[in-house]
Amino acid sequence: MNESSKRSKPITLDTFWRGVWKENPVFVMVLGLCPALAVTNTTFNALGMGLATLFVLVCSSALVSLLRNVIPKQVRIASYIVIIATFVTIVDYAIHAISLELYNALGAFIQLIVANCVILGRAESYASKNRITKSVVNAAGIGIGFTFALLCLGTVREILGSGTILEYPIFGDAFQPWVVMVLPPGGFFVIGAWLLLFSWLKERKQRRVVQQEEAARAPG
Amino acid sequence: MTEKQQIVELRTAPHLRQAPSVDQIMRNVVYALLPVCAFAVFQFGLSALALILVVTLACVGTEQLFCRLSDKPTTVGDFSAVITGMLLALTLPPGFPLWMAAVAGFVGIALAKVMFGGIGFNVFNPALVGRAFVQAAFPVAITTWTPAFAPGRFTEFIPTTWTLPFVQPESVSTWVKNVAVDGFSGATPLALQKFGDATHAHINIDHADLFLGMTAGSSGETSALLILLCGAYLAVRRMMDWRIPAAMLLGAFLTSGSFFLLDNQAYPTPLFTLLSGGMMLGAVFMASDMVASPTTPLGVWVYGILIGFMTVIIRLFGGLPEGVMYAILFGNAAAPLIGAFTQPRVYGTGRNKATKP
Repeated sequence: MNESSKRSKPITLDTFWRGVWKENPVFVMVLGLCPALAVTNTTFNALGMGLATLFVLVCSSALVSLLRNVIPKQVRIASYIVIIATFVTIVDYAIHAISLELYNALGAFIQLIVANCVILGRAESYASKNRITKSVVNAAGIGIGFTFALLCLGTVREILGSGTILEYPIFGDAFQPWVVMVLPPGGFFVIGAWLLLFSWLKERKQRRVVQQEEAARAPG
Repeated sequence: MTEKQQIVELRTAPHLRQAPSVDQIMRNVVYALLPVCAFAVFQFGLSALALILVVTLACVGTEQLFCRLSDKPTTVGDFSAVITGMLLALTLPPGFPLWMAAVAGFVGIALAKVMFGGIGFNVFNPALVGRAFVQAAFPVAITTWTPAFAPGRFTEFIPTTWTLPFVQPESVSTWVKNVAVDGFSGATPLALQKFGDATHAHINIDHADLFLGMTAGSSGETSALLILLCGAYLAVRRMMDWRIPAAMLLGAFLTSGSFFLLDNQAYPTPLFTLLSGGMMLGAVFMASDMVASPTTPLGVWVYGILIGFMTVIIRLFGGLPEGVMYAILFGNAAAPLIGAFTQPRVYGTGRNKATKP
């Protein structure tokens, strides 16, 4: 990446917004699928997981960015993992203290945030090459994009799987739950449907741009 | 006038004959399915009719929708979506809520067919994928059986049929008590055999009733005779590979036969295995899906026998009374592998190579 050569490039809205939409970690880069599929059976779990990841992402990006000139190249991955693991431990204790219910629902996936390739990828490809403010803004964008993706999965799965949103029933008592949606296959179905929708939207937009260009060229 | 009276048509070589086109074959499969559908309606009444219509409409509508979304010419005209819909409806219980049936049709076409590139590219049989989805999503509704030949079946629907979308179907037990002629047990022969009185259940079921389809079960799977006749029509017209159903039934017969010989009290007779549940419908109309089955002559036999074997194993040792659906999906998944291992020898190569100088 030539990001390091353009160190003077100012922070724009794009630095933030890119992570949310254009480079959405789940729907565009298709990274971090393990938590995206495993703990999104309810909106609450998805939100908890998303915010935990957002926190670890922002903090570790800040620290990696600060230490980027100190860490020797040969041991950088190990150093990043140690930094990330520190914040994961903080999140682990915090969730344990705040909500035992969420802690039990997320289970091992809180500790597994360490191995989330979205976070390591940010540290390796962005935070280690950019200044702290820029890294933090970018990491926040990616983290919010990740949370957004998890919420997309979580709400659909909770609505179909239990007929509720954040445990508030929206269909009444007679609702027929779609059992498969809270099971692992449901996660794959829903993420497939979302990927399909987003790539369809993207393709349609591109097609429209091409058509406009042709239309602009034709009369001229 | 004299020029037009041509009695003998003379042509020079090559004597090419056109192979039947896809929609010609598909239309014939629809014709072959119509008697089975008619029997389902005769047996289960208005609810079965509504079920078949709704699922078929859902399948055709889904195909049309996705063709439009992807700016492709519509492929509804080749009748393959109609077949998927009819087959799917025939595998569902007659009182299955219509909205769930529509979901099954949508998932079957969208997930198993359109996503893989439409007709000719589906890895799995779309109808069975649709059914597997609703089996996983609505396990209670899909195992709610209603009696066959209920009085008044042509004037009223089974109460669960018109369940509102997203609403749980009500219990049919009171309705069943009112219409059941002679003590309907609420179970298919297969369920009786599996969960009922384990040792002697199979003796109480008349094989002739099973053969003719006078039992409860999914809408279109009950009559083995009718399905075999319709399959024979397709086989004679060379629009279906007769070896696949034959191999599947053979595989099931041999497997269940060996278990029956081991212990004839615990295991059902091979004849019961062949005639009960969705075995016939699966063998004749689903395992023989042209796209998802192997094409090599030997592979076809391996494929069929594998499905038959798996069906019996799932029925006897699995958690479900019926195993045809999963067995065929398993066979579909194995089909490319079977095809790769059973490539026929190319004429003039191999075999005698070593002996020749």
